[in-house]
Amino acid sequence: MTQSIEVRASLVSALILVTFLLVWHLAVTGGGSGQAMDPEYAKLMGITATQGKSAMPGPLDVGATLWGHIKDPFYVRGTNDVGLGLQLGHSIMRVMAGYLLAMAVAIPVGFLIGMSPLMSRALDPFIQVLKPISPLAWMPLALYTIKDSGTSAIFVIFICSIWPMLINTAFGVANVRKEWINVARTLEVGPLRKAFTVILPAAAPTIVTGMRISIGIAWLVIVAAEMLVGGTGIGYFVWNEWNNLSITNVITAILVIGFVGMLLDQGLARLGRFVTFPE
Amino acid sequence: MQDRYISIEGISREYPAPGGGTTKIFDDLWMSMSRGEFVAVIGHSGCGKTTVLNILAGLDAPSSGVVIVDGKAIEGPSLDRAVIFQSHALLPWKTALGNVAYAVSSRWPRWSRAEVNAKAMAAIKLVGLEAAADRSPAQLSGGMKQRVGIARALSIDPKILLMDEPFSALDALTRGTLQDEVRNICIETGQTVFMITHDVDEAIYLADKIVLMTNGPGARIAEIVANPLPMGRTRNDVHRHPAYYPVRNHIIDFLVSRSKSFDSEIAAGKPWDSRNPPLVNPAIPEPATLAQVAVAAGAEQAQATQQVFTQAQRRRTT
Ligand SMILES: Nc1ncnc2c1ncn2[C@@H]1O[C@H](COP(=O)(O)OP(=O)(O)OP(=O)(O)O)[C@@H](O)[C@H]1O
Ligand SMILES: [Mg+2]
Repeated sequence: MTQSIEVRASLVSALILVTFLLVWHLAVTGGGSGQAMDPEYAKLMGITATQGKSAMPGPLDVGATLWGHIKDPFYVRGTNDVGLGLQLGHSIMRVMAGYLLAMAVAIPVGFLIGMSPLMSRALDPFIQVLKPISPLAWMPLALYTIKDSGTSAIFVIFICSIWPMLINTAFGVANVRKEWINVARTLEVGPLRKAFTVILPAAAPTIVTGMRISIGIAWLVIVAAEMLVGGTGIGYFVWNEWNNLSITNVITAILVIGFVGMLLDQGLARLGRFVTFPE
Repeated sequence: MQDRYISIEGISREYPAPGGGTTKIFDDLWMSMSRGEFVAVIGHSGCGKTTVLNILAGLDAPSSGVVIVDGKAIEGPSLDRAVIFQSHALLPWKTALGNVAYAVSSRWPRWSRAEVNAKAMAAIKLVGLEAAADRSPAQLSGGMKQRVGIARALSIDPKILLMDEPFSALDALTRGTLQDEVRNICIETGQTVFMITHDVDEAIYLADKIVLMTNGPGARIAEIVANPLPMGRTRNDVHRHPAYYPVRNHIIDFLVSRSKSFDSEIAAGKPWDSRNPPLVNPAIPEPATLAQVAVAAGAEQAQATQQVFTQAQRRRTT
C-alpha cells in the first residue's frame, strides 16, 4: 500500500511537471510571436519593447542553456563570463565557511546556555535582540570593518546561520531527560564524558534540526548577499545575467539554486536520521 | 546485630505546593540497615518511596535530616550504590549490551574494550538476555528493559543495591527466576539491598525486613516487620511456612486500612516513636491476640500459631 501511494504520488508529480512545462511552452510560443498579431495590438501589448533576446524564454531554451552549463560548468572567459559550476563553487565555499564558523560558535555556546540556567538568562536578552535582525542589515557594517567583500559575505552567512543552531542546541541540551542524566550521575561519569556520551547523543536530533534550518537560511541569504557584494558566486551570476537581460540564464540559475538547496537540506536530513534514536 | 551500615536519620522532603507553601511528602523518617541486610519498602503509590530511594542514591537531597552510609553522610551519587530505576532509564541510542557496557566502563575506566564487553555480557547472560544483547531498548519489551536495568546495576559489583520496583513489569515466570537470581547474588556477595515493591509476596520472599510506610503527604515509617521466615527459604515453600500467612495478613491489613488510619491511631495515644519505629514480628502475636485466635478459629490453628511463637522465641534466645 505504501509502495502504491509512492508510485501514485510520483505519477501525479510527473503529470504536474508535464502540464506546467506544456503550459509554459504554449504561453511563450503563443505570445512571443508578435509578428502574427495585429501590429496595433502588438504595440499596445508592448511586445515590441521586449522582443528578441529579452523575450520570455520557453522550457526548451532553458533546457538547452542548462545542458550547456552542465556540459561545461568550469570555463573562465573573462571576469564577467565564468562557468556556472565555478560560480556555484564560490557560493558553496562561502556558505560552508560561514556555516562551519557558526557551528563552531553556536554548538559550544548552546551547550553552555543549555547546561547553565544562569548563562541562559544572562544571554537571553542579547539573543532576543540580535536574532530578528535581517542578516543583510549587517552587510554595510561588515564591509566597513572587514573591507573585503568575500569575507563580508561569509560573515553574513555566519550571523544568519548561528541563531537556529544556538537556540536548538540550548533547547536540546536543557531538555535531556532527567533519568538519563541520573544514570550518568549514579555511574559517577565525569562532566566531559557525560557531555559526549549522554547529553550530546540525547540532544543530537534537536541540534541537527537546528543545523538543517540554518543551512536553509544560509543558502537563501547567500544569493542576496552576493547580489550586493558582486564579484563571484551564484547570486552575482543572477544579477549579472539580469543586467545582460538574459532571462534564460536567470531561470537556469534559479533552477540550479533550488536544486543545490535541496541537496544541502537532504544531506542534513540524512544526518538527522542517523542521529535520531527510536524511543 | 545493628551495625548501622546505612542510617537514615530524620529525613523529610518538601515540595512546593501548587497553591503556594510546601507539601511534606514524608516526615521524620528514621531507619537503619546493617551490612548484608535486604530491606523492602511497601507503601501506597505516591507516599514517597522513590524519593527516599533517590535520596539514598544521592540523586536527591532531603529537606531536613541526613543519611549516613558507612560512617559518612551521603553527598552525591556513588558507584558503590547501584540504582535500578523504576522507569528503566536505558539510554535509547545504545544497545542493551551497550547500556551495560557503559556502566562497566564507568566503573573500571582503565579496562580494555574486550574486558568491558566480557563483563557486560556476563551480566546480560545472568538476566537471560544474550539473544537480545544487540537490540536497542526500543526493540525490547518492558520486562526485557527492566532486565537490562538489573544487569546494568549488577554489572558494576556495587556494595549497595537500590531497586525501585525491579520486577514489576515481568511475567510471573521470569519474575520468579530473576528473584531467585537476585537473591542468590545478594546472599553470595553480601549485598545490602533497599528494594521498593508493591508485591507483598515478593517482599516476604526476598526481604529480611519490610518497612511499612503510611500514606502521604506526611508519610511516616509506621513499623518495620521482621521477616520470621528462615534464611534457607525457597520460593516454592515460603507459602507453606506457618509464619507466612500471619506476616502476609499483617502487611495486607496495614495496606488496606492502617496505612490510612495510622495518624489517628497515634493521635488516639498509641505509643510510637518516629525515631524508633517498632520492629514487629507478626508470627509472634501478643498474648491477647493469641487467645482471640484460639477462641475464634479453633484449637488447631491456635496450636500452629503457638508453635511458630515458640519456634520464634527459641530462635530469638539462641
Ligand atoms: N518534582 C516534584 N515536584 C513536586 N512533587 C513531586 C515531585 N516529585 C515527586 N513529587 C511528589 O512526591 C510524592 C512522592 O513521589 P514518589 O515518586 O516518591 O512516590 P512513590 O512512593 O515512589 O510512588 P509509586 O509507588 O507510584 O512509584 C508524590 O505525591 C509526587 O507527586
Ligand atoms: Mg516510585
